[in-house]
Parts: sequence; C-alpha cells; structure tokens
Amino acid sequence: MRSKRFQVLAERPVNKDGFVAEWPEVGLIAVDSPNDPKPSIKIENGKIVEMDGKKREDFDMIDQFIADYAIDVEMAEKAMKMDSLEIARMLVDINVPREEVVKIASGLTPAKLVEVVKMLNVVEIMMAIQKMRARKRPGNQCHVTNLRDNPVLLAADAAEAALRGFDEEETTVGITRYAPFNALALLIGSQTGRGGVLTQCALEESFELSIGMRGFTSYAETISVYGTEQVFVDGDDTPWSKAFLASAYASRGLKMRFTSGTGSEVQMGYAEGKSMLYLETRCAMIAKGAGVQGLQNGSISCIGVPGAVPSGIRIVAAENLITTMLDLEVASGSDQTFSHSDIRRTARTLLLMLPGTDLIFSGYSAVPNYDNMFAGSNFDIEDVDDYLALQRDLMVDGGLRPVTEEEVIAVRNKAARALQAVFKKLGLPPITDEEVEAATYAHGSKDMPLRDVNEDLKAATELMNRGVHGLDIVKALAESGFTDVAENIFNMLKQRVAGDYLHTSAVLDKDFNIDSAVNNPNDYMGPGTGYRLSAERWEEIKNIPQALKPEDFDK
Amino acid sequence: MINTEMIVEEVVKEVLKRLAGEKETVAKDHKDMKPAGRELILEEIGEAKAGTTGEEVVIGISPAFGIKFKENITGIPLADILREIMAGIAEEGLNARVIRVRHTADVAFIGHTAAKLSGSGVGIGLQSRGTAVIHHKDLQPLNNLELFPQCPVLTLDTYRAIGKNAALYAKGESPTPVPVMNDQMARPKYQAKAAVMHNFETQYVKPGMKPVELKVSFSKGGAS
Repeated sequence: MRSKRFQVLAERPVNKDGFVAEWPEVGLIAVDSPNDPKPSIKIENGKIVEMDGKKREDFDMIDQFIADYAIDVEMAEKAMKMDSLEIARMLVDINVPREEVVKIASGLTPAKLVEVVKMLNVVEIMMAIQKMRARKRPGNQCHVTNLRDNPVLLAADAAEAALRGFDEEETTVGITRYAPFNALALLIGSQTGRGGVLTQCALEESFELSIGMRGFTSYAETISVYGTEQVFVDGDDTPWSKAFLASAYASRGLKMRFTSGTGSEVQMGYAEGKSMLYLETRCAMIAKGAGVQGLQNGSISCIGVPGAVPSGIRIVAAENLITTMLDLEVASGSDQTFSHSDIRRTARTLLLMLPGTDLIFSGYSAVPNYDNMFAGSNFDIEDVDDYLALQRDLMVDGGLRPVTEEEVIAVRNKAARALQAVFKKLGLPPITDEEVEAATYAHGSKDMPLRDVNEDLKAATELMNRGVHGLDIVKALAESGFTDVAENIFNMLKQRVAGDYLHTSAVLDKDFNIDSAVNNPNDYMGPGTGYRLSAERWEEIKNIPQALKPEDFDK
Repeated sequence: MINTEMIVEEVVKEVLKRLAGEKETVAKDHKDMKPAGRELILEEIGEAKAGTTGEEVVIGISPAFGIKFKENITGIPLADILREIMAGIAEEGLNARVIRVRHTADVAFIGHTAAKLSGSGVGIGLQSRGTAVIHHKDLQPLNNLELFPQCPVLTLDTYRAIGKNAALYAKGESPTPVPVMNDQMARPKYQAKAAVMHNFETQYVKPGMKPVELKVSFSKGGAS
C-alpha cells in the first residue's frame, strides 16, 4: 500500500524533473572531480611551460591556446602564488574594487579560478557577481521566435519586447530557409518598439555572418566553444577557427560573443572525467584568449545536466561569475527550460536577477514557450507580470518595465504595418490586413492565419540572391511613410562604421548612445556605490498598472 | 491484461515472414500493444560488408545497444524499437540489414556509416537512448535526410514511420518527413538521464574497429 502523502508528493512538478547522482569518472559532477587538475604554473622566458600540473609538451590544443593567449604571464607569477581563499575573500570584500580582482584573475590558470570560486557559497557568488559584472547597469535579452516562422507575428512580438525594455533580441528559425525573413521581421519590429535594440538571428555560422554583414542583424552570439579537445574536434573546429570567425565579425563592425556552458562535454560523452565547472572555465578562457568582448554561459542548452546533480545550480552561477572575473560581458543564460517546478526555476533566476548581470537572461522568452524555437526558456511571456512584481517587491532592476495594453496594441500594429509596407516595396509575398490585425492582438502563432510557406521560402531565398541589404530596408520604410523606423534602422547601420558598440558589454539606449563597460563601468564598492535605481526608474518599476491608487476609489 | 504471449508469437511470425521478403499489410494494431518481454538476440556474423543490392536499408545500432541497454530512455524495449523500424522497411518491400557501429557513439556518424554500407545508399542510425537519424551516403555526416533528436517523444509508431520513410528514400522517392513532436519539458525530465546513458554508450566505443554484421532475431523473453 502506498502512502497518500507520498502519492501527493509524487505528483508535484518537482518530481517530474530528472535528478541524477554524481558520476565523477565521466565528469557528471558539478565541481571538484577527483580528476580535476591542481593549480600550478611554471614560466620560462616569458612562456608558460607548465600549467595545472601539465607540461607544455603534453598540452592539448585548448591548454595551448589558453597558456598562449588567455593568461597574462607577467601577472601570473604573483597571482598564482596568492592563497585562493584570499582571492575568494577579495571577491566579496567591498573595499576591494573590481579592477583589482580583474587584474589578479588575468594571471590565473583554469584550475586556480575554479579553486577560488568554489570557496564561495551562493550568497557570496551573488555578492561577487554584483561587483564583478562589467557594465554598471544590468540589462536583459529576449527570444522572439514562433513555431511557424510567421514574419508578421515576429515583427509584432519584437516591437512589444522592445517596448518592454529588453536591450537585445534573439531569434532563430524552425525552417532554415526562412532565416532572412526572420531577421528582417526582428529588425523592423525591434526598431519600431524602441530605437537602439540590438538584434541577432541564431543560424549556421557562415549564414549568420552573411546576414549580419548585410545589416539584417546587429550582433551574433551562437559561436560555440567547448572544454575538451574531443568535443571541439567533433564539431569540426578549433579555438583558432573560432577566433578567426570572431575577427570576421569585428572587421565588419559587428558586435559578437561566444557561447558555452557547463554540461555540454559530459552530454556529448567526452568530459575526460573533469568537472563541469573546470571545463567551462576553459571555455571562458578560450573566449578571453580569442579577444572577443563577451560570453553567453550559464549552462545554456545543457542546463538539464548541471540542474540534475548536487550543487549544480550554484555552479552555473559560478561559471557566470568566472566570466565576469575575466573582464568579459556575460549573457547569463536562464534561457532554457530547466525545471517543471516554479519554485526551482524562480530560485535559479534570482541568483542572477538580484545581483544583476549584463544580460540577466539570454534570453527571456518574449513569446509563449510553445512558440519558443530554442525549446523553451526558463521564463516566458506568461511569467512577465510575475517578473515585474518581483522587480517591484524586491526593488531590483531586472531590465523590464511595466506596459499598458493600449501601448502594446499600438506598437504591435505599427510594427506589423511597417513590415507589410516593406514586403510590398521589396516585392515579397503580400502581408494582408487580416494578418496585421491578427498579429496586433495575437498571443502566439496559434492566433495567426496560415501563410503560403513555399511562396515565402522562395521569396526569402530570392531576397538573398538579389543582394538586398540594410539600406534597401531603410529606403522602403522611408518611402512608405515610416520615417521614424527608417531613421532607427539607419542609425543601427551607422554603428557599424563607428564601431563603439564593439566595446565590452555595449548596448544602445533609445537615443543611440553607447552604454558599456568602458563609458559606464561597474564601480560597486558596497552600499551607496555601483548601480542604484534612479528615482525615475524606480517610479517606472513601482507603477504596475494593476496597483490600485486612492483615486480609483473615487469612481 | 490481454493475452500478450499469443500476440507476441503472432507478431514475431509476422515480422519474420515479412523479413523474408513477403509484402503483407500489418495485421495488428501494434500501437496499443504493451511491450511483451520480447528478447532481442543479436548474433555477430563477421565484418559488415558493403551491400550489393539497392533493395536494402542498413540500420546501424550504437556500441552499447542491446548489450548494456535493453530499453530506451523512456523504457521502450529496444527489441520493439528495432522490430518496428525493420517492419517499416519491410512494409515497403525492402530488406533491412542490421550492423553494429563500434568506432563512434555519435548518431550522425552511426547513421552515415550505415548509409555508406547500404546498397541503396540509405541508412538509419539508432542509439540506445532512442535517438535516430535517416542518412544518405552522399551527405555530409552532420547533415541528414531526417533527424529525430528528441528521443523521449518518439513512439513505436514513429519508429515504424522512420523505417518506412528510409525505405521510400531508398526507392528514390521523396516522402513527406515524419512529423516530429516537440516537448519543451523533455529537457528537465530527461537531459541528465540522456547524459548518463550516453556516457555508458561511449564506454563501449572501440576506436578503429570496423562495423560488424548482425543476425537479428526476437524470442520470447522471461520478463513478466
């Protein structure tokens, strides 16, 4: 006979989650695998000849890349001699400024960085992230996708997401050949909602670069790196090939960051028995060594793996912390379904939302999860009022702002009409008034009339063949009377020439001013310093439309 | 419970008959059938050779398939999965040949290896956890004809449809891809288990070893 209590518990959402015991021999362990190397360094004639117990002649290609490009040799002698506990304490000591920790971290090996952060408990990890985040103001990124790759809906959702306050928007495709339309819809929608929002379209790497070069997107993020040689080679890549790709973006004035995350190596069966955090630290250092300005990590698409082992979620926050210690922008994940339990998924998010990161989610699903083509995010649009309430309850800036139904309807309608006009000017398959209407009021793709997919795909391919680029879109908008949207997109194109948004953690405000770690560095040193809500921003967060005001009782 | 033993006998006979090249329509509604404790018997009969007839689809199974693992990630017996794929191929009048790939546990490379040995150029890759791919010898290994990455949502019906579509590709047709279901909560439930299974799988990988030809039979097992 079964206990009725246990029957009730078995039905709770948390018990639909997968949990597994540690298996260190294959690397199914968050941190502290017995196979993890011990920190060490030996330098001869300005060259690292031994790192973490391994001699140079035994280095694999990742060791070599890190030793040659990611460690400041001059700093290393001193930093590696420091007690790890002392460095860990500096991370949470409000009297030690961020720059000092960054300087020390620049001389640390992967094993030493792990040894330092593993001494922190979760509250200390959060304190450290608050100080170590590169840009002073925290921000947020969202996903805008839908199951049918419906461009009209994408434009409307992108506009709403921009209005809601996201700094960056990311899309991807269900059907690859739809990519040019998705990128176009996201660009027009986002710039209708708020000028200056950065947009990207996650695709196969060469195609992603080519639509970026055309001005359909303004940054890239899905350039993956891995912590073991075997997994890297399986993907037909090396740290050098990724660095080459990174420089291709830089040469065209396009912002970009790498992507990695705990769990990917063990997921692919080649973790070499090393802990997830140790391998992820190697990834973060590859990003540093390649010279890119930032990294998306926080397990990302493998979150089910660290999420299932003891201390896994703590370690996922620790990997974000290590990224900030390396002076990189961090887009801190929380972007994939990881639990059936609302309690667990909120707890996981608070670790990042409370201290704040450059991009707390990467991204938050600005569409219902059934439309999320990244296989669902930890929070979706149906959670947005909860999220706004959390900001208000805790007086925390999570990067979003309350909006009214009227303004959302208006901006969605305008974006759909702008896309309709551009499709008409460019001779693409027509967008009907019925579709504009549906997108204006839709919640998801189930609310949209069907499009002729084959016609769209043909036209999307042809759009690429015709060589249509960003300026053509600006022209089409301007000639159709959408001069403000046209101006916003023109301003986005100008960023390519200026290049200022290539700086670490750079995003743009509505007037196209750069907000980055260079002109707005994080100067947190305890109460009264660092990012504080301005009176204006607090007013915005406070005023959720649902809150009753005294005058509401006068009616 | 229904009398499963009788149905098992019947289905086994049915499959064996069709494997012998006979074309008959499916007699039973297989989808409502409970897994019946059928045992998968895989007999190694030498190095897998390149096929000489276009009338075949080669199924490549992963290193630990049927050895370490008898069930996929959701508990569907691997015997039933393999049987459905083979039945799907037989349904189109083609022969199913089964090989074990030993040098890799990666489903794309398993499928590509199978395709290269297939007389028709079409192969299927199948991992113990249930992930499957339909491949063609002329495609890049990381490309595919159809990929089924979310093993937890695959049913026995899907596996039969995979076999059928592979056979249609082998006949030079362009079948409608098997509809794939998406479950965004599959990750929280199964991703860690998939990692555990895959690490067992990679422990059976023997670098440099050639694929081996298998004689497949199903017998009644002792399970209840």
